[in-house]
Amino acid sequence: MFEVLRNETLAPQVHRMVVRAPRVAKARQPGQFVIVRLGEEHERIPLTIADADAQAGTITLIIQAVGQGTKDIVATPAGGHLRDVAGPLGKATEIEKFGKVVCVGGGVGTAVLFPLAKALAEAGNDVVTLIGGRSASYVILRDELASFSREVLVTTEDGSLGVKGFVTAVLGEILADASRRPAAVYAVGPVPMMAAIAKQTRPYGVKTIVSLNPIMVDGTGMCGGCRVTVGGEIKFACVDGPEFDGHEVDFAELAARQGTYKEDYCRLDAQLARGKGKEGRP
Amino acid sequence: MSDKPLTAKERLAIERTHMPEQPAEKRARNFSEVNLGLAEAAAIEEAKRCLLCKNRPCVQGCPVGVRIPEFLERIAAGDLRGAAEILRADNALPATTGRVCPQEKQCEAKCIRGLKGEPVAVGWLERFVADWADENLAPPSAPKTKTGFRVAVVGSGPGGLTAAGELARLGHDVTVFEALHAPGGVLRYGIPEFRLPKAIVDREVSNLEALGVKIECNVIVGKTLTVAEILREFDACFIANGAGLPVFLHVPGENLKGVYSANEYLTRVNLMGAYKPEGRTPIARGAIAVVFGGGNTAMDAVRTAKRLGSTRAILAYRRGRDEMPARAEEIKHAEEEGIEFMFLLAPLEILGNDDGWVRAVRLQRMELGAPDASGRRRPVPIPGSEFELAADIIVVAVGTRANPLLTATCPDLKLNKWGNIEIDANGMTSIPGVFAGGDIVRGGATVILAMGDGKTAAASIDRYLRENKVARG
Ligand SMILES: Cc1cc2nc3c(=O)[nH]c(=O)nc-3n(C[C@H](O)[C@H](O)[C@H](O)COP(=O)(O)OP(=O)(O)OC[C@H]3O[C@@H](n4cnc5c(N)ncnc54)[C@H](O)[C@@H]3O)c2cc1C
Ligand SMILES: Cc1cc2nc3c(=O)[nH]c(=O)nc-3n(C[C@H](O)[C@H](O)[C@H](O)COP(=O)(O)OP(=O)(O)OC[C@H]3O[C@@H](n4cnc5c(N)ncnc54)[C@H](O)[C@@H]3O)c2cc1C
Ligand code: SF4
Ligand code: SF4
Ligand code: FES
Repeated sequence: MFEVLRNETLAPQVHRMVVRAPRVAKARQPGQFVIVRLGEEHERIPLTIADADAQAGTITLIIQAVGQGTKDIVATPAGGHLRDVAGPLGKATEIEKFGKVVCVGGGVGTAVLFPLAKALAEAGNDVVTLIGGRSASYVILRDELASFSREVLVTTEDGSLGVKGFVTAVLGEILADASRRPAAVYAVGPVPMMAAIAKQTRPYGVKTIVSLNPIMVDGTGMCGGCRVTVGGEIKFACVDGPEFDGHEVDFAELAARQGTYKEDYCRLDAQLARGKGKEGRP
Repeated sequence: MSDKPLTAKERLAIERTHMPEQPAEKRARNFSEVNLGLAEAAAIEEAKRCLLCKNRPCVQGCPVGVRIPEFLERIAAGDLRGAAEILRADNALPATTGRVCPQEKQCEAKCIRGLKGEPVAVGWLERFVADWADENLAPPSAPKTKTGFRVAVVGSGPGGLTAAGELARLGHDVTVFEALHAPGGVLRYGIPEFRLPKAIVDREVSNLEALGVKIECNVIVGKTLTVAEILREFDACFIANGAGLPVFLHVPGENLKGVYSANEYLTRVNLMGAYKPEGRTPIARGAIAVVFGGGNTAMDAVRTAKRLGSTRAILAYRRGRDEMPARAEEIKHAEEEGIEFMFLLAPLEILGNDDGWVRAVRLQRMELGAPDASGRRRPVPIPGSEFELAADIIVVAVGTRANPLLTATCPDLKLNKWGNIEIDANGMTSIPGVFAGGDIVRGGATVILAMGDGKTAAASIDRYLRENKVARG
């Protein structure tokens, strides 16, 4: 059992939770994640380790409640417990000294971005952070990011904070300006955002790292459910990633696979009603 | 019935008993165990079929050398406690092996009675005694004297559990580290409830805990802890992390929605309980399920698909019926349950519909050519034989390989060219004090072989500790 020490709301449906997990806290490096299972019969949910304190034996998770699994997790109050926290999983971010780096976070992707951006800044990079949200109340971690970024730029879809529109518009301006153009872009957010950014940076030849979030089960390379096509090869995001070269990723396939359990995945009843089950019977 | 021992003639006159089963129609729609177990009278009668051969050929067929005639003789005499004591001393997980060993290739294959007629039902009797013991005997208790040595076991599959039990019995302080949230390895996440109820795995695990074994789940060795860190805390280590890396077909369309590796499909169902009404983990279901492979894993997947509601559950194998590596009993059960078998077929491409879901698979017919390295005739494609088979769910069960997650973080560990850990005659790896066994050494093998490795390694570890280490006290 893993005790929840703190649970606070950062934005609508976004919680920051501090959990006691001494082994994970000690081993963890930026870019890695844990798999959390709230209780018996609950799902295994992958969540990035936003921060860790090896001394105190704690990790910080920033969680957006999007479906039942994450809603149940964020409903656990301080003093409550998570049955399982396994990790740290995935490869650590390969922190290089690039010079100028732009870190782009969309929605809860900002939480995943946070430890990467921090590690990049600590390694001596000149970090500009660009974060987007639906409206002002959805913009998270702005102050935390500001503490190590040279600049934090914000976009909101309704214009309630920062520039009105999407992060891609602002990134486009930065890329177009040779004096501001970075050596690398780190992008974490919804798949369409990462796909769009990879497309934007390609003509400039700017190295683009994305952090992928396919559906996972074990997180140890055992099930292959998290497979993504990168550079024409099958990779398991949980062990080979989650970070990959954005110019190599098959985003269309990733988006499709992510939708597996969103649509009508139990097609059985409908098929049987249509009589498909009998089709092709010898 | 007289108390006089039966004559050989009397023994030979007894016919092999039948295992009571759930009716095929009914069980193909539920996840309860197929085999219902022998009644005591039937078990005693079956045990009397044993001729108590002096040269014990059956024992040579058992990879861990269970004293078969001895325990059968005790059953025949109605002394179930005595039978259980013999069995438990030789086999750490008899309720499991009695259910999942490929007996027809091991103990029962060597049984003299099989030469003319049917062998003694050693597996069913093993299961019977183990279940009886679990209900009627106290769990084993922790030894009084402790050695003061600490041993870590990586992985809680049959190999790890067996080693842990043996080491605890010898008085060592044993901790098992398991990556998943529940112990048991393939017994937990792979083999379905209808073949091996999880209550049995739970019971085997709690017996080990009664012996003093500590099991810490959610620890991924190589990530949470490294082998080097383990060696700082422990005096020796046994690695039995299995062969958990799925092999894919590498045909176009394999990443469509509705295509699963057997590991994912079975893990969602068994470990995560996707088949239960209260289970939260989803699983895609479809009218036509096609499973590729011919081993136990393929058989488990296709029978699972049937139970999840598929009207057609098809097993497609690239060789012929005789080459299927699955247990004979599973093949028989699958046939009774209406599983369709298609032989000598290889997938060429998986075809999808507009929303990215599987719609069909394009297959090619094969014929058997010259024998390959495994001694089985190699399937060769028949040109021009391609055809399409409608499919909604596809499960790839064509094998697993060594998962590199642990070994990649431990460069001193010598591996063979397939990534399996190399060991010496004592089960020790290239790192002193680190032993290994089970599927990570053998590649995908069997439960009983993994257990045999666990037992051998435990004895070697015990010797190693006494010869090389000073107890921490
Ligand atoms: C490496 C990695 C790191 C992540 N880090 C974070 C994080 O720091 N904070 C955060 O809020 N979220 C993070 N996510 C996404 C988070 O895991 C999903 O939002 C969550 O699994 C959704 O589960 P649900 O039951 O609430 O939603 P539902 O939509 O009800 O889920 C339905 C099914 O789809 C799966 N699923 C749905 N969306 C995703 C997704 N985006 N990624 C993976 N599986 C999904 C679920 O496991 C479940 O099986 C991360 C995902 C990955 C792979
Ligand atoms: C679906 C299926 C059906 C089968 N049916 C049969 C059958 O009927 N009869 C038979 O004899 N054999 C059968 N087998 C084969 C048999 O199950 C295996 O040979 C056996 O389980 C191997 O045991 P093991 O202890 O080596 O490893 P496993 O059972 O694979 O256990 C390894 C354990 O180690 C854990 N682990 C992995 N990596 C790490 C890590 N880095 N840190 C910590 N823990 C880790 C895993 O999560 C797992 O729990 C079947 C296999 C499958 C997949
Ligand atoms: S362990 Fe397996 S092979 Fe050995 S006697 Fe029991 S069933 Fe037969
Ligand atoms: S070979 Fe068969 S008959 Fe002979 S001792 Fe073994 S089980 Fe009994
Ligand atoms: S989550 Fe199972 S292999 Fe990646």
